[in-house]
Amino acid sequence: MKGKNSAGFLVLIISIILIPFLVTNDYYLGVLIFTAFNCLASIGLCLLMGYAGQISIGHGAFVAIGAYTSGILTAKFAWSPWIAMLCGVLLVIVIAFCLGIPALRLKGHYLAMATLGFASIVHIVAVAAVDLTGGPSGLVNIPRLDFFGYVLNSDKQYFYFSWSVVALGVYIAFNLINSRVGRGLQAIHGSEDAAASLGINITSYKVQVFILSAVFASVSGSLYAYYMNYIDPGPFDVSYSVLLVTMVAVGGLHNIWGALIGAIFLSLLPEFLSFLSDYLQLLGIEYQPDYDTLVYGGILLTIMLFLPEGIFVSLVNAIGFVKASMKKLAGKKFSGGSAGREQ
Amino acid sequence: MSNSILELEMLRKNFGGVVAVSDLSLHIEQGSITSLIGPNGAGKTTIFNLVTGFLEPSSGQIRFSGRIVNKMKPHTIASIGIGRTFQNVQIFPKMSVIENIMVGRHLRSRAGIFYSCILPPFLRKEEKRIHEAAEEQLHFLDLAQYAHTPAGSLPLGNQRMLEIARALALEPKLLLLDEPASGLNARETIAMGELIEKIKQMNITVLLVEHDMELVMDISDYVAVINFGRLIAQGPPAEIQENKDVIAAYLGE
Repeated sequence: MKGKNSAGFLVLIISIILIPFLVTNDYYLGVLIFTAFNCLASIGLCLLMGYAGQISIGHGAFVAIGAYTSGILTAKFAWSPWIAMLCGVLLVIVIAFCLGIPALRLKGHYLAMATLGFASIVHIVAVAAVDLTGGPSGLVNIPRLDFFGYVLNSDKQYFYFSWSVVALGVYIAFNLINSRVGRGLQAIHGSEDAAASLGINITSYKVQVFILSAVFASVSGSLYAYYMNYIDPGPFDVSYSVLLVTMVAVGGLHNIWGALIGAIFLSLLPEFLSFLSDYLQLLGIEYQPDYDTLVYGGILLTIMLFLPEGIFVSLVNAIGFVKASMKKLAGKKFSGGSAGREQ
Repeated sequence: MSNSILELEMLRKNFGGVVAVSDLSLHIEQGSITSLIGPNGAGKTTIFNLVTGFLEPSSGQIRFSGRIVNKMKPHTIASIGIGRTFQNVQIFPKMSVIENIMVGRHLRSRAGIFYSCILPPFLRKEEKRIHEAAEEQLHFLDLAQYAHTPAGSLPLGNQRMLEIARALALEPKLLLLDEPASGLNARETIAMGELIEKIKQMNITVLLVEHDMELVMDISDYVAVINFGRLIAQGPPAEIQENKDVIAAYLGE
């Protein structure tokens, strides 16, 4: 990492260290831990969407596979959580490979269709395979994570751990983007024909980055399972996959920071809305939780219509604009009339 | 032409009922500059796409350095030493100029996705080598001042230069240039001609499609004239200019 990205990374690390001192409420700390899981899955998805130009509407399924592999192997077979997490990753690699090869050989968005179908199948299996997954009533007794016997018991510990994994994910993503492979991916996004003419195997690259993004999702799922100690199919339906895509799109497709900010924004929005509803009640306005969907839709529509590059890029542009206008103003003030003549 | 690097034998390409290239045989001499000329729609770009694997021949054979390359994919063809540019410039607009060229070093470097993610020390060395090689190309093509400009914001002439720089970074044995001078002004066209001659001196065989006859006659060792997918004449520029069939094809008689 270099320049602005390493500065951003520093801000991320400092925020991670400081936040548990500022947020002492366990509920909000929990919300931030969930945010970390979403961030992790979004970073992976951002690599696929923003850098390889492919959409997966089934990433929730990879999160689910990570969660269920971890859950089943630890709760039913008493495996080590770490080994179970690794098994989830390996399983997801195999599945993403099998799914990606046929879908990514074709030009166009066939991957979106394949993953959408796959997400439905995974959800159905999670509900119906009662013996394995516990069905709709879920899977209990999933242990907490431990480091050589040191168990991550408190939310604060888990906050630090899960956000460290996010930071690691960001680091990996930036390494990849600025590498030979990352340039190859960006090249494919720019012009597939030109990329191929320079010796880049397009199908192979797309499959590889799809697998990588699935691994991010799987780890996110495993961390979720170990935090909740309980999983059921509810959170892993297709709408969760769509939410992940939305997080990446809202934040900004072509930027890892964008994906991170999109994930944080959409993870915290429900909390903010319920917070806001208390005030609205004081003003005599009856705010129902059902209205959340409406507000969501409105925000998404606004962003897609007016900030198509996502929140992050728009924010950066806005800051640049303010800086430039400040300079202009300052220039006029100090140099008086002469600045006017120059223009 | 005894020592040929590229040989097309009875090459044919049909698009449905349309015959774009019709039983065309052509040998390209090692180390030469050969131009393909002909009216619009004669099948020149189709020939390029067949040679570089973007299209598969309906019949016939393409041999490069003695190897049959008919069924190879574009990325494999690049790996055996054929570079190309495109008629409508295909740069990577959002990447910087130097990054564009660094993509050209793809086949001369090896890092896979796993090592790229964790960035071990030997990879940093490879990155450095890629960067140095790209800078060399930048200087060779006089693009050094634009190194960190997004490629999409360059003027067209420089974009064409960049596309060639990127293809040269591949270190090809054969370079296919598809209308390198189209859209360029007179001064830029002269610079392009000088560049193509410099590329020849680097012992790279150049095959080009071009409409600027002055440029073609100036730099080519051989000219091949195509019309309706057939080869109608072939030889040194001076001969071609006298050829009756060629004059007929161009004047429409």
